[in-house]
Amino acid sequence: MPLSSSAPLLSVRDLKVHFPVKSDLFAEKRVVKAVDGVSFDLYPGETLGIVGESGCGKSTLGRAVLKLIPSSAGKVVWLGKPLEDSSKTELRGLRREMQIIFQDPLAALDPRMTVGAIVAEPLDTFEPGMAETDKRARVVEAMERVGLPSHLINRYPHEFSGGQCQRIGIARALILKPKLLVCDEPVSALDVSIQAQIINLLKRLQTEENLALIFISHNLSVVRRISDRVMVLYLGKIAELAERDEIYRNPRHPYTQALLSAVPIADPDKERAKKRVALTGDLPSPINPPSGCVFRTRCPITVEKCRDTVPMLEPVTGSHTVSCHRWREAIELLME
Amino acid sequence: MTVSQELPAWKTGHQGPLLIVDQLVTRFATPDGTVSAVNGVSFEVSKGETIGIVGESGSGKSQVLMSIMGLLPHNGSSTGSVQFDGKELLGMPRDQLNKIRGTRMAMIFQDPMTALNPYLTVGQQLTEVLTYHLSTNPAMAREQAREVLEQVHIPEPGKRLGMYPHELSGGMRQRVMIAMGMLCRPDLLIADEPTTALDVTIQAEILDLLAEQQAVTGTSIILVTHDLGVVAGLCDRVMVMYGGRIVEQGPVRDIFYNPQHPYTRALLMSMPRLDDDLAGDLPTIAGQPPNLAHMPPGCAFAPRCSFVSEQCRLAVPPLREIAPGRAKACTLDRLVA
Repeated sequence: MPLSSSAPLLSVRDLKVHFPVKSDLFAEKRVVKAVDGVSFDLYPGETLGIVGESGCGKSTLGRAVLKLIPSSAGKVVWLGKPLEDSSKTELRGLRREMQIIFQDPLAALDPRMTVGAIVAEPLDTFEPGMAETDKRARVVEAMERVGLPSHLINRYPHEFSGGQCQRIGIARALILKPKLLVCDEPVSALDVSIQAQIINLLKRLQTEENLALIFISHNLSVVRRISDRVMVLYLGKIAELAERDEIYRNPRHPYTQALLSAVPIADPDKERAKKRVALTGDLPSPINPPSGCVFRTRCPITVEKCRDTVPMLEPVTGSHTVSCHRWREAIELLME
Repeated sequence: MTVSQELPAWKTGHQGPLLIVDQLVTRFATPDGTVSAVNGVSFEVSKGETIGIVGESGSGKSQVLMSIMGLLPHNGSSTGSVQFDGKELLGMPRDQLNKIRGTRMAMIFQDPMTALNPYLTVGQQLTEVLTYHLSTNPAMAREQAREVLEQVHIPEPGKRLGMYPHELSGGMRQRVMIAMGMLCRPDLLIADEPTTALDVTIQAEILDLLAEQQAVTGTSIILVTHDLGVVAGLCDRVMVMYGGRIVEQGPVRDIFYNPQHPYTRALLMSMPRLDDDLAGDLPTIAGQPPNLAHMPPGCAFAPRCSFVSEQCRLAVPPLREIAPGRAKACTLDRLVA
């Protein structure tokens, strides 16, 4: 859990990632605003869940925080040092402290390398010249930590199941003992029974190593399992950010309420009695987002103000912020 | 969810089952030998009923559907019996089968982008169904296509008829698929993971739409999914599959509130839910799903089961009735919660 007294590991301020779109020669230059002014702090050992539907910018945000893709504006401060000011070599050095795992575990592994070579690769990069026996010992240790028997060290990725491949990805990410791990939909491609194994593994590793996680997922039940705080993104902007129990029990943004009420519950009586906040229409194009509040085109309680004024992130409580003009009355209005 | 637990009159009428699947076995010849995807599956679907088939990847749930629809690839073959409204579908000549498929039986796939033809407009694909199957004249077909798009709540249906699939969003494309499936008012709608590729708010809309269409037309639905929440909201009865077999089946409330097969119970417990208490670790199922090319001689779940006995490893436990309308394939007499 975050300690308010400790300094943040990572501070993101007004981060923007805009991608240029191909357009005609003399036409106005257009951009996709994938991430549009996101700010948050992440503390050592904390898990921040990022949820949202496809196209909300959650994966882009995860990559931009690691500087894997360039940002258009804003700041990412790592342990007090702005990454924008770092040189390429400095950034490379910092990368050993921040790692990432991906959704498709098999696609993220080189099919021509053995598991041992895959897990050892970060050591080759950051600790070159390490003796082979030491390196092997480190690889075996990393494999065992994620629950992979060490006798599999000479096997190739295609010989493993999806869950095991994800374990290999985690072993590779953790061998350098990073402080931050970005998990981009790490269990979405896995079966339910395997998904639970990976979630428990990530939780255990986090406690053991005081690792901070940014856990990106579209699955609200999974995010609830693992997160200390949860951020809801919509069209590149934060709709709501709060501590886990607060956001699931007391969601304020109409979008958060719609998302939560749409998740099917594996309980026939509850599921059939559930009241749902229905949205209208589809996600608008991020090239040409709506004026004012970006959510207003699908919001069931939109008013004129939403079209004219961009809502700011307002505090509900000290750690709960929401960007909606009508957050005070939203629950009442939507539950009618 | 708009589905009620009580069955309306047209669901309880004493008619013969619409679909009877008996001892269905589906095998695939692969370079590594024969793979048994479906190993003796039997079930019935009554008129107006919604059946859920749940299972993880490799459980054979999708191959049951493909076998029923006669859509197996060239290296696949089925034995057993699939009777639709009294007619045997397995081994039926293709031209006869095509008179049933699309009109009386329709299928909705997981990925609408690959299931729709990218070269044809929505209107062309919808009217094709009507002109081909029902020999409707083009102008009337177009009007019916517009109507059906309206029924699945597509805004500006007239305009959408001229659009290509890539011009529509994912949710809209899935609506077009459902519209296409419902065009000829089929008696049986088969849906293979119809909402898996969609966002959760869109998923909820599509599930409501399926329930709504069923209430209007009285279609029977077979819904295949890995998401137990979807089954809980929509289905009357549930079949749980593992290793190509049905391991448990029964009414939806019984399956969720009193699971009797260790796999069903483990599956329900290992799924993170919005309403669980978050105490301790999420229960897991140890090990991996079985390899269909190398099945163990006994119960396929035995290597992962916490109640396993010697008996389980020797022979496959048969699916036996444990209460009216409920069956399980397990040697245990009773599983106490």
